Amino acid sequence: MTPLLTPLVSGAAVAFWICAPLMVIGALGMVLARKAVYSALFLALVMVCLAIQYAAQDAPFLFVVQIIVYTGAIMMLFLFVVMLVGVDAEESFVEVIKGQRVASVLAVLGLVILLVAGLSRTFVTAPVGLEAANASAGGHVEGIAALIFGRYVLAFEACAALLITAAVGAMVLAHGERITPRKDQTSRAAERMAAYAATGAHPGPRPNSGVFARHNSIDTPALLPDGTVAKESLSDVLVMRGPSADPNELGVANAAVHKEIAASTEGEDD
Amino acid sequence: MNSEAYVILAAILFAIGVLGFLVRRNALVLFMSVELMLNSCNLLFVTFARQWGNLDGQVASFFVMVVAAAEVVVGLSIIVAIFRTRRSASVDNANLLKF
Repeated sequence: MTPLLTPLVSGAAVAFWICAPLMVIGALGMVLARKAVYSALFLALVMVCLAIQYAAQDAPFLFVVQIIVYTGAIMMLFLFVVMLVGVDAEESFVEVIKGQRVASVLAVLGLVILLVAGLSRTFVTAPVGLEAANASAGGHVEGIAALIFGRYVLAFEACAALLITAAVGAMVLAHGERITPRKDQTSRAAERMAAYAATGAHPGPRPNSGVFARHNSIDTPALLPDGTVAKESLSDVLVMRGPSADPNELGVANAAVHKEIAASTEGEDD
Repeated sequence: MNSEAYVILAAILFAIGVLGFLVRRNALVLFMSVELMLNSCNLLFVTFARQWGNLDGQVASFFVMVVAAAEVVVGLSIIVAIFRTRRSASVDNANLLKF
């Protein structure tokens, strides 16, 4: 029996024609983005759209796995490594091999033409669909489970071994050997005294950051009695980032007091 | 929805992955291009599974994801190890094995 009213387009078609251009744009953006972070985010977009394509193609299990494993785990791992390697690191766009970029674009265009020409007209029949395969096992996830733990159980076991090996390998590779001995309190004290003997550097603790009526954060410099900034009161990292509070503004009250004292001493002189 | 459109989309994504692998220098972006190629093959697996009414394709796609996860873990730790010694993630700078 044919339904009286067949919809013009199916939900899968709508999902495809919305997601497919986004996927191509995202993939191109991944290749063309200058910074690795943007590439990672573009790839995450592609992967989410791909998950939607899976859902549209009767693969709800793979839809969930794609979201959890790819966008959840793998892309986050990529982003962590981007943070480790340096977010701002831009690669040089100087061609090492002359004409390599043009040649690769041409080769890829040829590949696209070859693949599309070869793969279009592959299918003469409409898709069979997975209803029969799902029904034979009593459900979609049940069907996949029957395959994984039945016909492919050896491959599944091998995957377990592979994952454990990969985890051990990652720990071994990413583990950094300590080249210099660890500094303990004794050696730090000895270092400080040696510096005092050599250059006269103050061996005691450094001054803490400035505490004022409106500023007491760690990036506020302390002021010396004469109104100048105590450089040791700030961490080097914060100095590199630039001061958040203007030392001159902080010193206004101090300078006013100094002026008053000076004026009163002048008056005493008279 | 005909399967042809999915196959052509997978072909285009694969080609873009190849392009990224050929053009870029940053090892991380190279890895992302490889992931894109693996994903396009997964799309093909899922498409063919639906085309022929067979769940094996989806299981194959699942195994590809597992292997890709293992590959990314090891690859990224190699990148971190190289970055630690060379202070660079560019594949042009990794030339210690060059004679």
